[in-house]
Amino acid sequence: MHNEHSDTHFQSRIDNGEHIEAKDYMPEGYRKHLIRQISQHAHSEVIGMQPEGNWITRAPSLRAKQILLAKIQDEGGHGLYLYSAAETLGVSRAELIENLQSGKAKYSSIFNYPALNWADIGAIGWLVDGAAIVNQVSLQRTSYGPYSRAMVRICKEESFHQRQGYEIMTKMMRGTKDQQAMAQDAMNRWWWPSLMMFGPHDTDSPHSSDAVKWKIKRETNDELRQKFIDKTIPQAELIGLTIPDNNFSLDEKTGHYKISPINWDEFYRVIAGHGPCNKQRVDHHIKFHEEGAWVREAAVAYKQKHVKKELETA
Amino acid sequence: MATDTQLDLWEVFIQSKSGLPYIHAGSVHASDNKMAIQNARDIYTRRGEGTSIWVLPSKHIVASNPDDNDMLFDPSNDKVYRHPTFYLMPEGAKNI
Repeated sequence: MHNEHSDTHFQSRIDNGEHIEAKDYMPEGYRKHLIRQISQHAHSEVIGMQPEGNWITRAPSLRAKQILLAKIQDEGGHGLYLYSAAETLGVSRAELIENLQSGKAKYSSIFNYPALNWADIGAIGWLVDGAAIVNQVSLQRTSYGPYSRAMVRICKEESFHQRQGYEIMTKMMRGTKDQQAMAQDAMNRWWWPSLMMFGPHDTDSPHSSDAVKWKIKRETNDELRQKFIDKTIPQAELIGLTIPDNNFSLDEKTGHYKISPINWDEFYRVIAGHGPCNKQRVDHHIKFHEEGAWVREAAVAYKQKHVKKELETA
Repeated sequence: MATDTQLDLWEVFIQSKSGLPYIHAGSVHASDNKMAIQNARDIYTRRGEGTSIWVLPSKHIVASNPDDNDMLFDPSNDKVYRHPTFYLMPEGAKNI
């Protein structure tokens, strides 16, 4: 009989395309990798609410404000789906949040860039959510059941995010010269950071090989990045935006675009905490976490009061 | 934050249409019944995903042990008489 608690048996289940559930045997490395990846993903959703939240009160119309509110509420929800998925692996929500606030856990470094004007809201929806979707669509087939199910749910909701961003960019490109310049400026600032969202090149990615072997990741960083590039360049050209890259070209044979080398120094500088908004994002999270403590305390006090009542009447 | 808490964990089940089974949607944190329902509504049914919600504290879920799968979920292929196709019907029998 096979040993259900062996790494070989685990790998054969993965190779057979089975999903792994919370109580199933898994190698420690698999569990650790998932906790790191899922919590980083959850933190990204939650921290990602900040650059956009900044624009709720300044949205240019009631329609735009309603949309932005709904989008940010979705991001919060996505964070919660993902925290729940991570918790199935035996880590507590409190620990996850502590790791975010202490800087031990990362979130997508894209959110360390500021949203300077309304065009940035368009660029974030179209490019940042667009890049996230490419990654998330692929993760729907991830081998860990709770993560995969959270991804399916998130993907259903996320496509509205990208479309609303592209709509903003389209409107601005059909607007005045100033609006067009704002849209192009946002494109210039968000294009490269969006490409960096997929992470380092496969040859330099420290976590990639195990993740692919375990089918946590179904496609590599470079494969996903290429998909995003191929989808996005024609969308930019359609509305008259210029790609901020003097040397990109379409390879007619493969149908793929080739871009200039990515400036990874900037990527690592931002990850290391030297992006424009790193400190602001985490400080903001800590501030609201602490200011909300009384709500959690009140909720617990209310529960205890009722538990006591039930005991008395029982 | 000495006594900070993230409240209790609850599992959420949603019925998408009347008459259909309740399906596990995910989890929420909440301190009591009412908050659990409210949070489940806000997190899992923002786009008409459901007509009814069940929530229950995760600690009350009893799950089978994956180690017992062979024993519990043996397909019992030797018991073919459990399937309707096992039985021979007389020629000409209808509506059965």
